[in-house]
Formats: sequence, C-alpha cells, structure tokens
Amino acid sequence: MEKRVLFRSAWLPWVLIAPQLAIIGVFFFLPAGQAVLQSFQVEDAFGMSREWVGLENFRQLWDSPDYLGSFQRTALFSVLVAGIGIVVSLALAIFADRIVRFAMIYKTLLIVPYAVAPVIAGVLWVFLFSPSIGVATHYLGRLGITWNHLMNEDQAMTLIVLASVWKQISYNFLFFLAGLQSIPKALIEAASIDGAGPWRRFWNIQLPLLSPTTFFLLVINIVYAFFDTFGIIDAATQGGPGQSTSILVYKVYLDGFKALDLGGSAAQSVILMLIVVTLTVIQFRYVEKKVQY
Amino acid sequence: MVDRNPWLNFFSHAVLILGVAIVAFPLYLALIASTHTAEAIVQSPMPLLPGSHLWENYRNALVGSGKLGSNTNVVHMMWVSFVVAMSITLGKIAISLLSAFAIVYFRFPFKMLCFWAIFITLMLPVEVRILPTYKVVADLGLLNSYAGLSLPLIASATATFLFRQFFLTVPDELVEAARIDGAGPMRFFKDILVPLSRTSIAALFVIQFIYGWNQYLWPLLMTTSEDMYPVVIGIKRMLAGGEAAVDWNIVMATAILAMLPPTLVVMLMQKWFVKGLVDTEK
Repeated sequence: MEKRVLFRSAWLPWVLIAPQLAIIGVFFFLPAGQAVLQSFQVEDAFGMSREWVGLENFRQLWDSPDYLGSFQRTALFSVLVAGIGIVVSLALAIFADRIVRFAMIYKTLLIVPYAVAPVIAGVLWVFLFSPSIGVATHYLGRLGITWNHLMNEDQAMTLIVLASVWKQISYNFLFFLAGLQSIPKALIEAASIDGAGPWRRFWNIQLPLLSPTTFFLLVINIVYAFFDTFGIIDAATQGGPGQSTSILVYKVYLDGFKALDLGGSAAQSVILMLIVVTLTVIQFRYVEKKVQY
Repeated sequence: MVDRNPWLNFFSHAVLILGVAIVAFPLYLALIASTHTAEAIVQSPMPLLPGSHLWENYRNALVGSGKLGSNTNVVHMMWVSFVVAMSITLGKIAISLLSAFAIVYFRFPFKMLCFWAIFITLMLPVEVRILPTYKVVADLGLLNSYAGLSLPLIASATATFLFRQFFLTVPDELVEAARIDGAGPMRFFKDILVPLSRTSIAALFVIQFIYGWNQYLWPLLMTTSEDMYPVVIGIKRMLAGGEAAVDWNIVMATAILAMLPPTLVVMLMQKWFVKGLVDTEK
C-alpha cells in the first residue's frame, strides 16, 4: 500500500527513521545476532576463550532429557492456558453480549487482571493457595484435598495454569466481545425468525463467525504462555518442585544466568526464536486470508 | 436483544456474576489482607472481611524500611517504575510516529528493507534474547540506569505499525491541501498528522504504560542496586525470606499500591484501551 501523494526529500526520511533504526539495531539485531552466533560456540567458564563447535550445543539439547522434558511441559502448559482461557472467556463474552444492564460494570471488573503484573498475579495466587495459610488451601482441606504445590508436581502446574489463565481472561474476553458485537444483528434476527433458539444460534452462527477471532487468540495465547508467564512462574513455583514447572523461557533464564551455560542458553534462545517466528508466520498467513472473506 | 427470555437473562447475569466473583476474588483477598495484622492473616482461614489496620499497613508499606529486607521504600520504587513506564511509553510513541511518517509519506532507497527490519522486531519478545541483550547493555555501561531499563524495551515495532495503519487511512487530499498552502513535510506532520493521531496515541499510551510498569524479567537481570528496583521487583524480593517470615499484610498493601497506577489507567481510559488493544493486534 502506498500513498498517492508523497513528500520529496533525500535526507529527511532518513533523519526521521534514524532513531528507530538505531534502537532496533543496537538492542535488537545486535543481541539477536549474537545469540545465533553464540549458539554455535562454547565458552569456558571464565569467558577467556571461545570455540566454534557447530551444532554441538543443539545436539546436547536434543540429547538432554531435561530439555525435552521442559519442551513437553511447555507444550502441555500452553495448551492448557490457551484452551481453558479461550473457553472461559468465550462463555463470559457470550453472556455479556446478551445483556444490557450492568454490562459496563461486568466489563470493567473483568479487564482489571490485564493491568496486574505477571509477578503480582503469581504472588496473589500463591497467597490464595499457600500450603500453610492459603484460604483456598484451607477450604480444599475441608473437602479432603491436601494442597501443597511445593511438593506436588501436578498441583504446581495447576497453580501456574490458573494464575496464567486468570491474567489473560481480560484480553480474550475483550476480543471475543468485540468479535460478537461485529456480527450483524440481521443474521441473528433471521435465525431467530426461522425458529433457532439461543443454543442453536450460538453453534450455527456466532461460533463459526468467531472462528477467525478464536484462531487469532489461540496463537496469541500460546505466545503468551510461552513468554509472558515468566513472572508468574518465578513468583509461584520458581520452576519447581524439581523441574516440573520450568518451561522453556524459565530454563533459558536458569541455564544462562544461574548456571552460566552461555552456549546452551543461546541455543535455547535460538530455538525459541524459531518457534515465535513460526507462530507469527502462521498467524499472518491466516489473517491475510481472513481479510478477503 | 432478539428474544426476551427472562430466564435466559437471569442465567446470563448469574454466570457473569460468578465469573466476575472468581476473577475478582484474588484481588479482593489482597485488599482484605492489607487491612489486617500479620498475625491475623497467618491464622487459617484468614478473615474474609476488612480489618482495622488499613492505615497502619499502608503507612508501613509506603515509608517503612528494614522489614522489607531492603533500604529503599515503596515510594521510591514506585517512582522508578513510573519513570521507566513513562520513558518506554513516550519514547516508543515518539520514535514510532517519526518512523511511521517516514515510511508512509516518503519514497527512499531501501525503504522496503527498513520496513521489514522494523517488522521483524514484532516477532521476538525481549524474553528470548535476554542474555545477549544483557551483554550489550553491560558493554554500553548502562546497567542500573534508566536508559538501560527502558531502551531495550523500546526496540519493538508495535507502535510503528499502529501508526502506519492509521496514516494509510488519512485522506491524501490533506497532503495536497497542505502543500498548496505551502506547508513543508514537518509542518504537515506537526500541525495535521499528529493532531489527527490523538486517539491512536491515547490507545498506545494505555497499552505501553501497562507494559512498561509491569516489566519484570528485564529489570530483574539489569538492576543490582536497590535504588533502581521497580516496585514489581520489590514485591518479589519481600517474599524471598520464605513463607513463614513474610509479613503478608505489608506485602499485600504493597501489591495493591503497585497495581493501582496501571489499574487506574486501564479503567479511566477504558475506551482507548480497548481500541488500542484491538488495533495493535490487527
């Protein structure tokens, strides 16, 4: 897309675009390039010498049960976060779309978690489920369930999924609501005249027309679960117990900053980059198609 | 609505009230905890109704030191958060307005290359390149500085794209008219384009402010000196002593204080926020 009328100047556009290029050059391309370079190197513990090792770092990751385990956990985690988040928010949006009274109040309250920092979200949920003083723990105990996410791996995973879904509900809800409100009222009315009840209208009209939104949210939620949940995990479980909640991003941090395995951490970063790029390409492909329909 | 089924309406409200109650509960609990003494919270189950220690707790959280395991107080940490959030927000908006203007209104060599170079930054969040970015910032001597905290987070193109999309919808006749009246490109930018972009700027402001205020991983790596901790890091550090040693009332009071600015921004600027969210992603 281009403008019909353009300004003419040999130097002005460069001056205008220079700050942005400088910042992304120094803080984006330089580090990203170094990550790629480092992923093919091994550095000794004191940073004195570097050796070119080709794909060795990647091969080590492939052979490491820790890393493959982290991959599986990340997959499980992101599917749970995206799946539960989308279903719950869709349900809320469908009902919020129906009603007129108090709609603004519900909406305002539902978007608050968006403003909460992931770490604080983690802290809030830990407080709720703390093994010794948590309110939720207390009532679960009355139901005969012993909750201790510091010992039980499944409970630790459940806790970070809950906190992550909670934080993302606002976002999903707003997009579903916007999607529902853009469905022409005439379609719904026509279906209604033909005798379709609310349930039928949801399945045969609203849900299919929401499919682009749903797909878009699926990708966004997976990206969110992969990257933006670092704070939640760091506050709630710190990757534990054992390695049970250390998802890929958390592992890059642990291996790079705690274990100082620079090459391994860089190789992990490169793999993460490939995953995001793939997801983004899938999303853009789909969005392009969607525009035409 | 199409059909007025009182039962269905009732059911809708019931579902929404339940949903809102569950979503709001952790926040409510934090608020309640911030009004009790540390002893009252440790009793299981903790009280679910407000207590009488509100002022005391917030005063301790705001100015009390020592207990937090650090010498800085929350007022200072909130100031750091505010400066970082504002630098990221204003910095991003400023450089993005300029570069989007260049990309949309000028023709220059390597324009497509620049466009794609900016575009690709959309794909990779800071989280995937933390280690090398850390090295770059350390080499530049920017650790523990506001520049180091905010510049790497400005290096993303979300805002540029939003402005580009918007500029493309601005009618060409405006440029023609401006030219006929003898206005140069910068005059057009300042007097016509920027005022027209007000809504987009407001929308971006909300989103970027929250993004900046809530940053955690980057400041965690970047800051070693306590007087550069944003409030979000401060809260995490209060929990470092292990669960038994934590004064939950103070932690929760601090958490509420830390949530206040972004929550207010979202609630008061709700209209722009929703617009910004939907626009930046499309």
